[in-house]
Amino acid sequence: MPDAPGLELILAEINREHPGAVLDTSYDREQAALIIDPSKVIEVLTWLKQTPGQEYTFLSSVHGADHFPLTPRFAVHYELLNRERYERLRVKAVIPDPGAAPTEVSVVAPGSSDAGAVDSDSGERGSSMEMPETEGRSTVLDGETLPVVPSVVELFPTADFQEREVHDFFGIVFEGHPDLRRILMPEDYVGWPQRRDFPVGGEPVIFTRDEVTNPGWWQ
Amino acid sequence: MARVEDTLHDREIRQAGAIGEAGTLRDEEITVSDFTTELAERIPGVEFELEPEQEMLTVNMGPHHPATHGVLRLVVDLEGEVVKDLKPVIGYVHTGIEKSCETMQYWKVIPFVERMDYLSYFFNMQAYVGAVEKLIGLEVPRRAQWLRVLHMELNRIHSHLVWLGTSALDLGAMGVYFYCFRDRDRVLDTFEMSTGQRMHTRYFQIGGVAEDIPAGFEQKVRKTIEQLKTGIGQYEALLDKNEIFLIRTKDVGVVSRERLVELGVTGPLLRAAGDPWDLRKEGGYLAYPELEFDVPVGTVGDGYDRYRVRLTEMRESIKIIEQILDGLPEGPWIADDRKYALPPRAELSTSMESLIHHFKLVTEGFRVEPGEVYNPIESPRGELGCFVMADGSSKPARVHFREPSFVNLQALADMTIGEYVADLIQTLAMLDPILGGIDR
Repeated sequence: MPDAPGLELILAEINREHPGAVLDTSYDREQAALIIDPSKVIEVLTWLKQTPGQEYTFLSSVHGADHFPLTPRFAVHYELLNRERYERLRVKAVIPDPGAAPTEVSVVAPGSSDAGAVDSDSGERGSSMEMPETEGRSTVLDGETLPVVPSVVELFPTADFQEREVHDFFGIVFEGHPDLRRILMPEDYVGWPQRRDFPVGGEPVIFTRDEVTNPGWWQ
Repeated sequence: MARVEDTLHDREIRQAGAIGEAGTLRDEEITVSDFTTELAERIPGVEFELEPEQEMLTVNMGPHHPATHGVLRLVVDLEGEVVKDLKPVIGYVHTGIEKSCETMQYWKVIPFVERMDYLSYFFNMQAYVGAVEKLIGLEVPRRAQWLRVLHMELNRIHSHLVWLGTSALDLGAMGVYFYCFRDRDRVLDTFEMSTGQRMHTRYFQIGGVAEDIPAGFEQKVRKTIEQLKTGIGQYEALLDKNEIFLIRTKDVGVVSRERLVELGVTGPLLRAAGDPWDLRKEGGYLAYPELEFDVPVGTVGDGYDRYRVRLTEMRESIKIIEQILDGLPEGPWIADDRKYALPPRAELSTSMESLIHHFKLVTEGFRVEPGEVYNPIESPRGELGCFVMADGSSKPARVHFREPSFVNLQALADMTIGEYVADLIQTLAMLDPILGGIDR
């Protein structure tokens, strides 16, 4: 696993080729992470996969995270793995919520994009909640404004189902995904269940005696 | 909630024009025209004409097909008997476990995650508990680590036995099923002895295990693994000389090692294709670096190799269990950090601090500093990773499982397109998907 200085080197090298792609690094609890601009996902992952000396060729997992009520709200995490050295690296694309009301309070620390702030010796734990702001793109789907992230299916075919799962649960649109449909929830489901402001429960259970009080449930 | 998928999906496939161009045949192309000429040769004097619409048939396998090992639906496009396209439809047993975990305190999440992949509950527990231990920086005592490995390896045998029995049943070998379930019951008996439950034991706690093993447990496990050793030899003899089993598994469902890595496939499937990738060796978590075992690999990557790899893995697990029984270290079985681990029951009546700690832990739980951890382990089906995000409260902000069955299922299309539909059953059985894990 690259340590904190190693991450800074990776940050500098990627930003030399793709300016502004990597926003920050974090090394916390022996877990290395790059925090990146969501529009540069493909560039960063291609660089990490193909650059000699990096070669993170295996994508273990793709998952979403919701930092509600903090901003930027969403994150898509790519757990990369170098199988020769057994090194894991998490790439976090942080995405603001395009559907949020403009009055939302931002708690992002003003100096959090300062690269020198991450210091493994100081014992300061980089909080996942303090992430730099990015300008995310958005799209409108069925009257709802949803964040857009480029799909990495062409680069890592394993991301197919996992991106569908993130889309299903968080309402993040993966641009360029060959078959972006809901995967675990029913196709006619409304809402994004893993968002933190989505309530638990509330799904009406249909019995024969409820049929009258649940009009139109069969549609 | 009523589903409209059936009609939607079929229409979509037709519109997309996916029919007939998705797959290529590996051995010989069997087309409708070949079929008609062959029929004409065999039955002379009779004209055969097949409508173009009859050439492609879209079939739903499942969700209630007995060979899908749960409620998995496969939308299969068939040309004659050859699979041309395959799309898995999942989510029938989605229960929102990950969402429910966010409403529970850290220690109350454990029974939830156990029930995801219902054949590898010890592994689910270890993935989650290990992630939380990394989050709070808690050291697990050595005896607890060994006890965890002991139960996980017994669990691996249990999981592979269920797989072997049901897969052999799919291929028509009825007897193996009963023998496997007999032996599986013996493994469950050992779980019952040490944890009180046969399945979903909630044995792993944050910081260690719930209780030390009882007196007589060692003899029980030793007796069980002796029976297992004979048993595994018997199944091998039953299947390895079974002509039908061999014909149906050999050279069927082969996907290259590179393609499997691209698709994120891990576990016995990848090892059968010749890649010695095992997180127990690479990651070196818990007591595995101290234990000696081999990683079995296959050569071709067909169904037969997958069967051999899993069978050999059971033998390796027995080897690990024997080493643990011989060298189980003495000491505490749960961490002595009262902020995270419950105090012993006997202390509650004498120590005020213990009572306070007990009360705090049970009512509020413990708080975890903000942060996130991804903890991968080697489950019977591959890399089982647990991602836990903490936000400073006593409940996790996100629990996500990278389920090996879920990721491995993507390889099913590559394995089956171009093969016969009868081989689809075999390939699916050798894939070993657990729908509880896929749908969560």
